[in-house]
Amino acid sequence: MAKSPEEEHPHKAFGWAAKDTSGILSPFHFSRRDNGVEDVTIKILYCGVCHSDLHAAKNEWGFSRYPMVPGHEIVGLVTKTGSNVMKFKVDDRVGVGVMVNSCKSCEYCHQDLENYCPQMIFTYNAQNHDGTKTYGGYSNTIVVDQHFVVRIPDSMPSDGCAPLLCAGITVYSPMKYYGMTEPGKHLGIVGLGGLGHVAVKIGKAFGLKVTVISSSSRKEREALDRLGADSFLVSNDPAKMKAAFGTMDYIIDTVSAVHALAPFLSLLKTNGKLVTLGLPEKPLELPIFPLVLGRKLVGGSDVGGMKETQEMLDFCAKHNIAADVEVIQMDQINTAMERLAKSDVRYRFVIDVANSLAQSQL
Amino acid sequence: MAAKSHEEEHHNKAFGWAARDQSGVLSPFQFSRRSTGEKDVRFKVLFCGICHSDLHMAKNEWGMSTYPLVPGHEIVGQVTEVGSKVERFKVGDKVGVGCLVGSCHSCDSCSSNLENYCPDMILTYSAKYHDGTITYGGYSDIMVADEHFVVRIPDNLPLDAAAPLLCAGITVYSPLRFFDLDKPGMHVGVVGLGGLGHVAVKFAKAMGVKVTVISTSPGKKQEALDHLGADSFLVSRDEDGMQAAVGTMDGIIDTVSATHPISPLIGLLKTRGKLVLVGAPVKPLELSVFPLIMGGKIVGGSGIGGMKETQEMIDFAARNNITADIEVISMDYVNTAMERLLKGDVKYRFVIDIGNTLKI
Repeated sequence: MAKSPEEEHPHKAFGWAAKDTSGILSPFHFSRRDNGVEDVTIKILYCGVCHSDLHAAKNEWGFSRYPMVPGHEIVGLVTKTGSNVMKFKVDDRVGVGVMVNSCKSCEYCHQDLENYCPQMIFTYNAQNHDGTKTYGGYSNTIVVDQHFVVRIPDSMPSDGCAPLLCAGITVYSPMKYYGMTEPGKHLGIVGLGGLGHVAVKIGKAFGLKVTVISSSSRKEREALDRLGADSFLVSNDPAKMKAAFGTMDYIIDTVSAVHALAPFLSLLKTNGKLVTLGLPEKPLELPIFPLVLGRKLVGGSDVGGMKETQEMLDFCAKHNIAADVEVIQMDQINTAMERLAKSDVRYRFVIDVANSLAQSQL
Repeated sequence: MAAKSHEEEHHNKAFGWAARDQSGVLSPFQFSRRSTGEKDVRFKVLFCGICHSDLHMAKNEWGMSTYPLVPGHEIVGQVTEVGSKVERFKVGDKVGVGCLVGSCHSCDSCSSNLENYCPDMILTYSAKYHDGTITYGGYSDIMVADEHFVVRIPDNLPLDAAAPLLCAGITVYSPLRFFDLDKPGMHVGVVGLGGLGHVAVKFAKAMGVKVTVISTSPGKKQEALDHLGADSFLVSRDEDGMQAAVGTMDGIIDTVSATHPISPLIGLLKTRGKLVLVGAPVKPLELSVFPLIMGGKIVGGSGIGGMKETQEMIDFAARNNITADIEVISMDYVNTAMERLLKGDVKYRFVIDIGNTLKI
């Protein structure tokens, strides 16, 4: 008979889990494995609430397994290290993102592209090599192979750094891969949420001209005055959109709802690149003429490898980039999820795990 | 005062075949060409390839046709006169003209040898030239074109089989280079085995690339493997075959212009693989975003190529003895050829023997 989540591993753990497709989270007792020779045990301080956590909690993509402890934007302190671990020591401040393991032997792993390894294991809602389920960062502790742990630079705040572990690498990786790093070039960012606002900050740090493209003018002042975007384009305003046709070298599209690509393709210059990062439930419509007539492309990107994740954190530390966060208590998570569904957050909720999770047991 | 007739518009008489209306049916047409300007090259047209675009345009399927319309943008011939400032050509040279006869010469695209992406680029036919007149293509006895838009045909290439390279050739050569799908040992798929597809196979093989042809017609397998040199052949409706090929290709050149599903093609790509469309379906296609994101993959497009690259492509073809597989026809067969082209009944390009069969 399969062991219960509390018994399957030697060390007790506590977190909040979704139990069914309602996505509602509640207290959950489970367990973590022994700290192996390659492992690091982490006392979790903060965990960001990524929109993917919401999609997964509600099984919107169709592959959720319950109970599910979400959370893949984890910052914490090392409490134990395995005998092969040289990079970290107890009390180091570290982070864990979207992956906790990969095969380490394929061509992708060898190129520091663990994110594209066919055997890559997600931080939650995936299966470990031993057949047990992975549980994420809405919990008090996690045990992770050192290869999948990054150091948090000293100058970074723990709460503002947590979202970088998914949102940050998700925008940084394609910006590097698709060459969006040439100062003076023009980057459009569609959607000003968790991903979008970090993309604005990183884009400005690369010396790009940044235009935020949004369906409402509500976020204009924020975008220009506080985030430092150079301009703001309302996508529902046909005249303004037309005036911007053929002006952008790249576009990062962070919108996860189903939406039209055609207007954004028109904003691109010849040889322009649109990178789509949101994960809509249904296919999008792709017009081909603009691609052929302008040699434009639409690309996807999925987080980034571990080496690049560390590079991204170091880059953000150097440029004083952290996410804009609203810190919440663990027991406020369901309300936060409802607000997230309505995009009512500037721009990431971060759970103060260390100070509120234990209390939520009572 | 009435506008000048087509015969009087320019200084020198010309003769060709034109479509008069959306039926797309072609018939003899008297018109005129400009005098040879100081930068112009004038040549007697010997052969002209029939591109599927000629059919789309003759029937106004893209809504941009001006009648009477003389199609033809795979034009080869022999120079009869050059303007006083022409440096690269002389009388007697074998030359070709493709899809473009003009551009602005000053924008970023033109400065990067990408005249094909110039916002003011001028198509070889049914477009407005600098002097306000409509351009007429290669289904005609004579062409006059600015030197910049003329390429030399090396002596070792037979003119008739070289003609289709001027559109089909550059259309597949350019993306193989631009998207880095030209490195020995790479695996590239070619979707559709027609005018574009068969030339793509030949170029890719010459670049040292492993080629898989992907087609809806099992009947084309032997041709693809034995005659064109493809390494393997996939029938797109063969689920087992397609499944076995998942994640095996660095890139795919998709030449199909009808609406078709691209998700199975995206599945064939390796991580960070590239699907490049060179056919132009008119309706949008469905894009499943998950596989694109999970594999870091790309869907892009490409349209012909600039003049520098067109010459480079012709020279590459000459070095590697690559020409199109053609069926040479007489001018008065053109309407029948168009009907057969519509059904894909040609291996793989019709070429009109203008020099011998276009008669007033």
